[in-house]
This record gives sequence, C-alpha cells and structure tokens, in this order.
Amino acid sequence: MMRWRLALLVLLLLAAVALFLLWGLRAPYGFILSLRGTKLLSLALVGASVGAATVMFQTVAANRLLTPGIVGFDSLFILLQTTLVLTLGGTGYAGLAAVPKFLIEAFCLVAASMALFGWVLRRGADDMMRLILTGVILGVLMRGLAGFMQRILDPSEFAILQQASFATFGAVEPTKLAIAAPLFVGVLALSMRLAPALDVALLGRTGALGLGVDHDRLVLVTLGLISVLVAVATALAGPVTFLGLLAAALAGAVMRRHEHRYLIPASALIGALILVAGQFVYERLLGLQSTLSVAVEFAGGLLFLVLVLKRRPT
Amino acid sequence: MIHLEDLCIERDGRSVLRGLQARIPRTGLTALIGPNGAGKSTLLHAMAGLLPPAQGRVMVGDTDIAAARPQHRAHLAALLTQSPMIVPRLTVSDLVGFGRWPHHRGRPDPHDRDLVQAALTEFDLQELAGRSIDSLSGGQRQRAYVAMAYAQATPWMLLDEPLSALDPRYARDIMDRLWSLSRPGPDARGVVIVLHDLGMAARYADWVLSLRDGLLVSSGPRAEVMTSRDLSDLFDTSLAVEECRGHPVVVAV
Repeated sequence: MMRWRLALLVLLLLAAVALFLLWGLRAPYGFILSLRGTKLLSLALVGASVGAATVMFQTVAANRLLTPGIVGFDSLFILLQTTLVLTLGGTGYAGLAAVPKFLIEAFCLVAASMALFGWVLRRGADDMMRLILTGVILGVLMRGLAGFMQRILDPSEFAILQQASFATFGAVEPTKLAIAAPLFVGVLALSMRLAPALDVALLGRTGALGLGVDHDRLVLVTLGLISVLVAVATALAGPVTFLGLLAAALAGAVMRRHEHRYLIPASALIGALILVAGQFVYERLLGLQSTLSVAVEFAGGLLFLVLVLKRRPT
Repeated sequence: MIHLEDLCIERDGRSVLRGLQARIPRTGLTALIGPNGAGKSTLLHAMAGLLPPAQGRVMVGDTDIAAARPQHRAHLAALLTQSPMIVPRLTVSDLVGFGRWPHHRGRPDPHDRDLVQAALTEFDLQELAGRSIDSLSGGQRQRAYVAMAYAQATPWMLLDEPLSALDPRYARDIMDRLWSLSRPGPDARGVVIVLHDLGMAARYADWVLSLRDGLLVSSGPRAEVMTSRDLSDLFDTSLAVEECRGHPVVVAV
C-alpha cells in the first residue's frame, strides 16, 4: 500500500521530468537538453534535500510547523552574501568562481549550524525549545547585521545582492551538482538507516529513552544530517523556507503514516516534484522570467497559516 | 527486587530525593504515595534509569540501572510517563507495537506481531486497534499506553499516574489487570505505580512507599504503611483507613 503511494509519487516526478526536458524541444537538441538537464537536476536536488530535511527536523523538534530554516539558515546565507559583496565589491562578487563559492557557503552553513546545535545540546539535549529560540534570535541578529551592511552598499551592488537573496534555479554550474548530488545521496542513505529510530523519537525524549533509544545521540546525528542537506540546498539555490513545510505536510497527507521510511522518501519526492513541476509551469507554460521561489514561498506561507489556524487546541 | 541504595537525585542543582533506602519486592503491586512535590515521579524516573543519581544507586535485580546501556535498560523496565506525547496518525496497534522496539530495533518479526496482538487482547483494545491515538477518549488512550508498556515484556512496569482523568470504571479496569499481572508466576510483572488516589492504593497495593519532601517516610506492606495516623501525618490532613465490605478504604474525616 505504502509502496504503491511512493511509486505513484515517483511516476508523477518522472512525468514532470519528462515534460520539463522535452516540452517545446528544438534544435540544437544536445545543447538544450544538457542546459535543461543541469537545471532539472539542481531543482530536484534542492527540493528533495529540503523535503527530507524538514520531515526529520519536525520529528526531532516534535513540532509539525517548524522547518530547519527556523534556526537561521536563510539569515546566515544572506549575511554571507552581504559580507562577500561588501568586501569584494559588486564586480568582484559577480566574478567569483562558482565552485569555491559553493563549497565555502556549504561549509560555513554546516559549520555554523553544527556549532549552534552542539553548543545548545551540550547544555541539556532535551531542550529543543532553547535550540529553536537561540536559532531564531541568532537569525534576527544576523539579519540585522546584514541589513546594516546593506545600508553601506551602493545601489548597483545592492541589486546584485537582492538577486542572490532569493532562491534561483537559473544557471547552475555542473561541477556544483557533481559535488552536491553524491552528498545528497549519501546523507539520504544514512537518514533511511535512522528511520526506525526516528519513529520512536516521535514519542518524545523520555518515551524514546524508555524504549532504549539513545535519544541525545540520535538528535545530534539527525541534526548533523539535516544541516548538510539544508546547506547543500541553500548553497545551490538560495534560501527556501516554506518549501520544506509544504513538502512535509503533503507527505504526511499522502502517506497517512508515521513511519519515516515512507515519510522521508515521500517528502523528498514531493519537494522535488513541486520545484520541477512548478518551474515547468512557470517557465514553459506561463513564460515567466521571475523566480519560482517567490510562488513556492507564497504557497508555503499560506499553508503555514492554514496549519496554524486549524490546529486543534490541545 | 529493586533496591534503592542511599539514593539522592538533584534537578537543576536542587536536591529532589535525599538518601532513599528501600526495597521493592519482585512480584506484587507497589504504590508510591505522598503529597504533591514529594518526588514520586522523580523516583519512578530514577528507577527506569533516566535520571542519574547524584549519590547512591538504584539496583534493578543485579543491574545498576543508571549505568546500564539504554538498550539494556529497556529490557528491564517499561516506563509510562504522566502525559506521554500524542503522535498524530499513530494507530493503537502502532503504539502498542512501539513496546516491542527494544526487542526488534526496527525490524519486527511475526513473534513481535503476535505479542502485540496479545497485548491488545489483554487490554481489550482489539476493536480500537486501527483507530488513531488522537481520536480516542482519555480512558481508551490511557489503556493503549499501558498496553504498550505491557508489550515491552519487561520484568518491571513503572507507571506514573496511569489513572488520572479516568472514569471509576476504567480506572478499576486498569488496576484489576495490573494487579493480576503482578501475581507471582513465571510471567509475573513487578508493577510500581504512582497513585494519587489513596482509595486505589489501599484497595490494590501489596507494598507501599510513602514519600514527602524528597524523603522516604516509610515503606512496607500496605497494612503497615497505610494506617490512619501515618496517612494523616503524611498528607497533613485528617484521614482514616476504614473497612468497607471487607476492603480497606481511605476517607477524609
């Protein structure tokens, strides 16, 4: 039953992939296909990473309304970009080689989040609330810093930065993908190994401990995997906050089960599907040039409001 | 047998349990009683090995429970906390199935499924097996959680206030089952239960530990610990233990 539902999601994704690649294809075929292929792969990778990461984050945070973005990933990304633009200048920033920039971004994001997780968790691993609050406050701080630095920028540099602050799936360096794809596959495989233990983590820290799961270690390892996934997605495309929420909520609604061995792949598939199908509709059917992420964030934000409002009081 | 050996527990630098020295018999139903804030829940968590003692230790059989590996602990004692997490989309049989986790660690075999079925039957949950936990009434949900602790098949079951918010009928139902599970036999469970309802404690407990302000006031067979004078002193209010149709009852006088 569950397998059928997963298979259906795979089919849907394949259909979206086929449409994305083949719709309105003209000569030169090879060139256009390879162009579309890299774009497709980056869309799918970002969607799948964010989807899988959000399901796992919601479990360790014991909250269905949170995304890993809450601990300040997007603010850190923007701060990083702002610092780069400020120090290198607009032209220097635009001239940065893509691969080293990607690696530096990914490294900074993983290092920062692991530092945050490690620091907060050492003082009592049961304290997810403290982690989240610390993340929110640090996020505001980083945003404030970035905002301050943006005041000093000249208008053209600011425009370059503005472009980088929204998720874009335009031209992606194939070399970036060659790093990101194996990383994603590896992390996803590890996540699937953790899946049964994550099921138990749904019972909360005491519940999981009572059943013999080393909860503190599980949370730390899971947060590590999550930060790699989110860092890869953010470094590839830019901040995507609500996409994960959308994917995780839909995965729950489609699978109607609690087991992570279904939820993680389902959420990854749905995340990829949203971005691939969304980009197809946006770019090919509507012929729009604007960024898809704005639409995804809008839909995700709406869903967030719906979830908050319809939540039964407990 | 569970031995408390000079057990001291601190939480946030505050001493919550001080120098507890007691034993709890391997079979039978043991009640932990005492006023609010006496440290009953803390003691129960310490017996499950979830709170490392500041001093002393808890010996479950011949294992120092706080020093044991989590996996080993889960084979010795099943703990039901006061307000367990309610997981959306989780069905009753899923929940009871979690009780088997320490045995299969994510890969249930037919034997585990049989034992889940047996636990569902034992606690009259067959008809609710497919219902989701968040759709159940308080009484049904509580029964499901007790069944999960039962399915864990540990020698000890540690239950924190399993009767809160239950109708008399369901409360009695659960106590009856726990009582019979704790009778001596090859599959006997040692049941340790935090009870606020003194009537239930008087009616079902074989052994009683009474606590107050983090200290053990007394421990022993029910009839010795639950006397009118001791209970009145313990709770700082006038209580009497009377007999009604052959059963002890506790009344405020």
